[in-house]
Amino acid sequence: MNQTASIHAENATITRHPSGSALPRWTALIGGGALAVLGLSSRSKAGVALAAAGGALAYLGTQAGAFPKEMVARSSVQLNCSPHEAFQFWRNFENLPRFMRHLESVTTTGERRSRWIAIGPVGKRLRWDAEIVAERPGELISWRSLEGSDVMLDGFVEFQAAPANRGTVLFATIIYTPPAGALGKAAAKMLGKDPSFLMRQDLRRFKALVETGEIPTVEGQTHGPRSRLAGAARLIDPDQPFPRGAKFSEAVEAKRRLA
Amino acid sequence: MKAVCWMGKEKLSVENVPEPKILNPRDAIVRITRTAICGSDLHLYNGFMPTMEQGDILGHEFMGEVVEVGPGIKPDKLKAGDRVVVPFTIACGNCFFCKQQLWSCCDNSNPNYWIAEQLMGYSPSGLFGYTHMLGGYAGGQAQYARVPFADVGPLKVPTGIPDDKVLFLSDIFPTGWMGAENANIRPGDTVAVFGCGPVGQFAIRSAFLMGAERVIAIDRFPYRLRMAEQAGAETVNYEETDDLIQLLKDMTANIGPDSCIDAVGMEGHTDSPLFYLDRGKQILRIQPDRPIALRECILVCRKGGTVSVPGVYGGFIDKMPIGQFMNKALTMKTGQTHMMRYMKPLFDRIERGEIDPSFVISHVVPIDEAPKMYQVFRDKQDHCTKVVLDPWADGALAA
Repeated sequence: MNQTASIHAENATITRHPSGSALPRWTALIGGGALAVLGLSSRSKAGVALAAAGGALAYLGTQAGAFPKEMVARSSVQLNCSPHEAFQFWRNFENLPRFMRHLESVTTTGERRSRWIAIGPVGKRLRWDAEIVAERPGELISWRSLEGSDVMLDGFVEFQAAPANRGTVLFATIIYTPPAGALGKAAAKMLGKDPSFLMRQDLRRFKALVETGEIPTVEGQTHGPRSRLAGAARLIDPDQPFPRGAKFSEAVEAKRRLA
Repeated sequence: MKAVCWMGKEKLSVENVPEPKILNPRDAIVRITRTAICGSDLHLYNGFMPTMEQGDILGHEFMGEVVEVGPGIKPDKLKAGDRVVVPFTIACGNCFFCKQQLWSCCDNSNPNYWIAEQLMGYSPSGLFGYTHMLGGYAGGQAQYARVPFADVGPLKVPTGIPDDKVLFLSDIFPTGWMGAENANIRPGDTVAVFGCGPVGQFAIRSAFLMGAERVIAIDRFPYRLRMAEQAGAETVNYEETDDLIQLLKDMTANIGPDSCIDAVGMEGHTDSPLFYLDRGKQILRIQPDRPIALRECILVCRKGGTVSVPGVYGGFIDKMPIGQFMNKALTMKTGQTHMMRYMKPLFDRIERGEIDPSFVISHVVPIDEAPKMYQVFRDKQDHCTKVVLDPWADGALAA
């Protein structure tokens, strides 16, 4: 089963749609171009931001194959616990939102099934159902999302004992089809949300939680008067979840001001 | 409560801010009885360390009484009412590095690990009041502070011994001690200590306690050199010599010191044109450090000797004498202090009367005077070596 799961992960990484799907590409080109024209014609600050965003979308639209249908994030981390302990913690999927910042909840709906809710760009909620396709206690878990989900997200996690009693090495692979296809990816990238980065951050939080029982934080601590620039910087902090209700344009504006 | 806030380069103010809260199960809240300004705080004051933010609370040398502990802390480890000295490094006690006693390399205490990762490849532990890159934790120049992983770091101290004797277990005494330990001192050795600020002073005394035969102390302020002399060091005022390297060689029969300790760090001084080159690069923000003492350590150290660097550096440097370092077969050891290795053994030495760290204090003032004292300390006015702040002195707010 180990082998099957590995192959599953390997295959997925090379699955690409070289020409992209024609529809989103043209949507990006036309829609982006329209945004750019609209933005430029308004001659305001917000207009410039809009034009820039639109221009970027249109540019991506002209790049044949620039939108792979799937994105793959891979990372690994060493944990100061046994492979079995790490596996146990991960296998209870309801634990995942404790260290995966963009997940709101995971609910177990059956022995192998679970319902996932994530916060996506522009604070939009994304829901999908997932099913475990392979598992070996203390060794690996592999799951995929079911047909008809908002987000197609397949995951594969492997646990290996590190040499000389140095704990566990965890390898994780996530293959995901971004919401709204390529536009979702472009939007996520513009907000600084690189899936590989997010995964590293999630694994780092997992490590802290497993090793210490908590995740280090300074959120909510006391401080002196902050400047407005600091507030803007927080909006585009790549480690923060998408702010619910925050407008895309606010983040673009923040990024522009800090550039 | 009152807290010393960083409001910009050379701009500090004592602000009235909300009291800290428990945020994680292994947190504790400490009511601070004594806190101090560290030489490394001056790097923040002078605006040399990146990722400071307006409103950040400064301070990483503090002690006090535990007033609240989180639900994750067992009463035999720590409880309300305990009197504690808090180390400036924050460590989880569970990770690979903590298990190796490399406490300042803790993997789990920096919530902003990724920022330090961009600059250094990996992040060291979180620190109190010392940039967002190193955690963004609110510091201890305040009336209260939140202490994460409080069942690992804080050292419980009995009530019989005054604050001023144990306060420096929070940073500079262990830092000077580790600086000397890293210098690999053997009986009969000659040790050169560059910089006679508080860490240099403790490094000098630690070197003698470790069996050094001679310590040569180097600085430019006569009052600091006098303090070094009182510990038994020979002193050199580098502003009064044309060629420091030649002088040190002459003092050591052309062999060179067996070990050199750089207790200066990123804001070194010299009369040579290199100072202006480094200073210019700092102004242009293409080099955060002026590695003057480090270069001198490498140049003057004897063949096969050891260079120890307790001084703080921020990033990449130019004109690193790497050829000299390589060809002379030198060893270099450095790091933020692995505090929890040293706090208890050094407390025992204080208790046995082998050393009284309060010798280094030159000023004790109410916290309200902190902004002014940063400037006094930075400009070495009024024979300033160490400023201790009383958060509750007259003029401070009621609890």
